Amino acid sequence: MSGHGRDAVRIAMPWLAMALFLLVWELVCVVFDLPEIVLPRPTRVFEVFFQRLDILIAFCWDTLWTTVLGFLIAIVGGVVLGVLIGASPLIYSGLYPLLIAFNAVPKVAIVPILMIWVGVGALPAVITAFVISFFPIVVNVATGLATIEPEMIDVLNSLGASRFEILRKVGLPRAMPYLFASLKVAITLAFIGSVISETVGGNRGIGFLMLSAGARNDAATTFAGLFAIAIMGVAMYAICALVESRMTRWAFRGQLVS
Amino acid sequence: MTFVELKAVSLTYRLGKETTLALADGTMAVDKGEFVAVVGPSGCGKSTIMKLVTGLLQATSGEVVVAGQRVTRPIKGVGMAFQNPTLMPWRRTIDNVLLPMEIVEPHKRRFRRHRAEYVARAMALLETVGLADFADKYPWQLSGGMQQRSNLCRALIHEPELLMLDEPFGALDAFTREELWGVMQALWLEKRFTGVLVTHDLREAVYLADTVHVMSRRPGRIVMVKQVDLPRPRTLASTFEPAFVDIVHELRDRIHHEHAA
Repeated sequence: MSGHGRDAVRIAMPWLAMALFLLVWELVCVVFDLPEIVLPRPTRVFEVFFQRLDILIAFCWDTLWTTVLGFLIAIVGGVVLGVLIGASPLIYSGLYPLLIAFNAVPKVAIVPILMIWVGVGALPAVITAFVISFFPIVVNVATGLATIEPEMIDVLNSLGASRFEILRKVGLPRAMPYLFASLKVAITLAFIGSVISETVGGNRGIGFLMLSAGARNDAATTFAGLFAIAIMGVAMYAICALVESRMTRWAFRGQLVS
Repeated sequence: MTFVELKAVSLTYRLGKETTLALADGTMAVDKGEFVAVVGPSGCGKSTIMKLVTGLLQATSGEVVVAGQRVTRPIKGVGMAFQNPTLMPWRRTIDNVLLPMEIVEPHKRRFRRHRAEYVARAMALLETVGLADFADKYPWQLSGGMQQRSNLCRALIHEPELLMLDEPFGALDAFTREELWGVMQALWLEKRFTGVLVTHDLREAVYLADTVHVMSRRPGRIVMVKQVDLPRPRTLASTFEPAFVDIVHELRDRIHHEHAA
C-alpha cells in the first residue's frame, strides 16, 4: 500500500470504527427487538436529533458556555496554584494533601450545597465545571515545574538568576506541554461537571433536557442529548489538542523532524 | 595571581541519617587565565569541587575564595557546562546561546534595545565553533557534538572570567570529543578565561590544561599536581609525542596507585 493510501485509511479509521459501533447497536436493537424505551435504535436517535435540532442547540448552548466559563476559570486558577505548588516545596507540602482530599470528594455531592448557596441556574454548573477540571491542571503544571533538570537550575544559578527568573526562563516554558496535556483531560471533565450539575438540580442545559425527557419516557430524546454532549466534548477536545500542538511544537519533536 | 583558591575544603553530604564525606581536604590554587584540569577515579568528588567553587554547594569546613572574595553563595556570571548539554528544547540554538545575556548584568539591561548587537556576537561565537548554519535549529535537531558546542557557546557568550567544565565531552564519541578539544583550546587561546575542567579522560586533561590536579579515591584529596609544559596550540598529533605520552603515563600510574590502595 502506498504511504498516501495508508494515511487515508488512518484518517478514515475513527469514522469506520464509529460506523461499525452504530451498526452493531442498530442490529442488536433489531435482532432482539428491543423496545425504544429501553434502547432506541441509532437511526431513531438521529431522527429525533434532527427533528429537535433547534431545542437541542438552545440547551447545548447553555451547557457549552457554562462549561467553557468554568474551564477558563479552572485554567487561570489551576496555573496560578500549580505554579505556587511547583515552585515552592513549602506550599507543596501544605496544600497538596488538601488538594488530594478535595479531589476525592465526589463532585455530585457538592451540587446540592451549591444550590443552597447560589440557587439554581447557570452558576452551580459553572462552579461544578470549574471544581472538577481544576485538579488535573494544578497537578500537571506543578509536575512540569517540579521536574526541571537540576543541572538546568545550576546553570541559571551560576549566572546569578533570581528564583523568579528561573521560573520565567525555565519553569513556565517547561510546564507548558504539561499544561496543554492537562487541558484535554480538563475540558472533558468540565463537561461532566456542568452536566452533573444540570442533572442533579438544574432548570437549564442539556443535562436538564435529558432528565426531563427521561421522566417522560422519551428515551430517543435522552439519547439525542447524549450524542450532543459527545459531539461537544469531542469538538472541545479537538480544539484543545490543536492549541496544544501549536503552542508547544518543541515537545512534539519526533513528529516534526520527520 | 591566584584567582580561585581552595583552602583545606571538606564537604559532607547528609542524606537522612547517613553522612558521606565527599571531599576530605581540597587544597588547590588556580591562577588567573590558567586552564586547570582535575582528574581522579570515579566518585572521588571531582564534581563536588565544581559546585564548591561556583558556590552551588557550601563547604562543610575550610574556605573557597574566588577573585579575592570568600564564596558563601552562588557566585554570579560564571560559565558552566556539564556532560548533559542542558539546552532548552523550546529555544533555537541562537536563543539558547543568548540566555546568559538575558540574566547577567549589564547585558540584561541592554538586551532588548541592543538585541541585534548581541545576536551578532552570538553568531560570531557560533561561527568559531562551526555552528553558524545551525543557529535557527532547535537543540533536538542537532547532533550530540553540536549540542555540546552550543553549550560551550552559551557558557562563554557573556565572557565570564571563570569557566567551569564538568566532563563536558564525556558523552560524545571519541572522534567528536577530540575535535572539541581543539575547539575548546582555540576558544581559550582567544579569550584567556580561567578554566577548570573536571574529567576522567587523562589525554583530554593533558591536551587542554596548564596544570593537572590528581585526586585520590573518595573521600577526595589532591594527591598530585602536574604542570603540563607543552607548547600551544597542541594538536592531535602532539598527543602521540613522547613528552605528552609520558605525562599521561605518569598521571595514570598515580591514579592506578589510588585504585590499588
